[in-house]
Amino acid sequence: MKSLSILFFTMLLMPGISLADCLTRGTGDMGVIVERAAGSLKVVDTTHHNTLFQVEGLGDLSHASAVYSRDERYVYVFGRDGGLTKVDILCGRIVKRIIQGGNSIGGAISQDGSLIAVSNYKPGGVKIFSADDLSLIADIPATTVTDRDGNKKGSKTVGLVDAPDQRFVVSLYDSGESWIIDMSDPAKPAIQRFEDIGSLPYDGLITPNGRYYIAGLFGQDGLSLLDLWHPEKGTRLILDDYGRGQKKLPVYKMPHLEGWAMADDRAFLPAVGRHAVLVVDSKDWKEIKQIPVHGQPVFVMARPDGRQIWVNFAFPHNDTIQVIDTETLEIINTLKPGKGTLHMEFSPRGESVWISVRDKDEVQIYATRTQELTHRLPVDKPSGIFFTSRAHQTGL
Amino acid sequence: MKALSILLLVMPVVMTGTAVQAEIVPPRQAELLYLLKHDCGSCHGMRLEGGLGPALTPKRLQSWQAEQLAVTILHGRPGTPMPPWRPFFTDSEALWLAQQLKQGVQR
Ligand code: HEC
Repeated sequence: MKSLSILFFTMLLMPGISLADCLTRGTGDMGVIVERAAGSLKVVDTTHHNTLFQVEGLGDLSHASAVYSRDERYVYVFGRDGGLTKVDILCGRIVKRIIQGGNSIGGAISQDGSLIAVSNYKPGGVKIFSADDLSLIADIPATTVTDRDGNKKGSKTVGLVDAPDQRFVVSLYDSGESWIIDMSDPAKPAIQRFEDIGSLPYDGLITPNGRYYIAGLFGQDGLSLLDLWHPEKGTRLILDDYGRGQKKLPVYKMPHLEGWAMADDRAFLPAVGRHAVLVVDSKDWKEIKQIPVHGQPVFVMARPDGRQIWVNFAFPHNDTIQVIDTETLEIINTLKPGKGTLHMEFSPRGESVWISVRDKDEVQIYATRTQELTHRLPVDKPSGIFFTSRAHQTGL
Repeated sequence: MKALSILLLVMPVVMTGTAVQAEIVPPRQAELLYLLKHDCGSCHGMRLEGGLGPALTPKRLQSWQAEQLAVTILHGRPGTPMPPWRPFFTDSEALWLAQQLKQGVQR
């Protein structure tokens, strides 16, 4: 009896044993790196540049993305196989995993942190889950379209983001729409539809202040802009002549709009089918300049203070990063991290940037001020990198 | 008897395969499969089960000839995101890839 209670007390005193090796620390300097081929995550420490945990069993993670709970303890990972996985980064383990659809592309967490929305390619539509236990709260089918095989299917949904007032915004690739989904009453999603926004929206983003939603278009030049303060005005086309009527170059990887790049009143966006970064004035949404770059831009991301823009590129130029000065709009550096430079993520205040280099099986860490390589971390076929500071940013 | 019929069944497949495969050296085959997985995979899914582009599984592709698929690979589909891969593949490389797709690529 006595020995039993001693055993019990010892266990309590040794959290390392009783809590199965969970960490006791803050998570503000943590993040995850997606190992796309292995279907695993690395949980990393951005202060010490090291790996804390390896979490396995997340399924097909090609093109995976992730959002954080507002307490920055849980990461929700959206996988290609329709998997939605909630991972506890302090314990390095999966809390819950469901297969919610056939083929998902991304997701968002609601303003209040209670809802997780997932957009699906197949079947097209948006599903909304409880952030707590991943139970289904709403299933919103997309507009039906007829595909090339003559089959009826739901339009693919893309560019899903969270917006203020407990809303989500999403675009429909095949039917050319944007939808505002108001979840203030979770039992009754209220949907406002905007049709004819432009041809083949492929991704979307929301400005950090939560006011403007922009969908990039693949089927035509330009982007579709929606002012969420005035949805009654509908969407409008901006930068609709950026291609100047010239023939498009082939696009070997679709650009991503997720990392909104904004500096002063200027927004920086990838062109589609041109080797250019578009600079636009966010007061009137007119083009300021096209910056010629090394290839088809994929991610155009601003350092958190907006002083630099870092750009990576589609195949066959995906071994390169270019850095743009946001004041002079000149390219100040061209880096060659290696083939398969897929994603980047800035530390919360931007002194460093982590870059995934797939073909070298490593993540490279650069000091943004000098653009010099400072650390390397071995990671199996790394793709997306997501730090906990995203937890408090609208749209991320 | 049984072994013979298996041999007979397998032979035509192997023979049509080798006619083209002979021209593509194994290291290049490995490169092509890597590219298929990762670069085609960015639109078609790393397991080729579909994404922005359709699934490229044998079942879905059964109604196409490998030659037709090779043409799509080389020239793309104008007006859709499917880009032309002409600058990166020879005719026989594209055909070899199309055959891999029709056979089902090891995932
Ligand atoms: C940028 C995106 C993208 C990339 C990269 C891409 N594809 Fe495609 N692909 C598509 C789309 C979209 C379609 C459907 C076109 C249509 O609607 O007719 C398609 C169609 C096809 C088809 C015809 C299948 C069918 O059912 O219509 C084949 C075969 C194909 N792709 C092979 C490839 C191969 C091989 C690669 C890599 C070498 C590749 N694709 C890379 C987007 C892409």
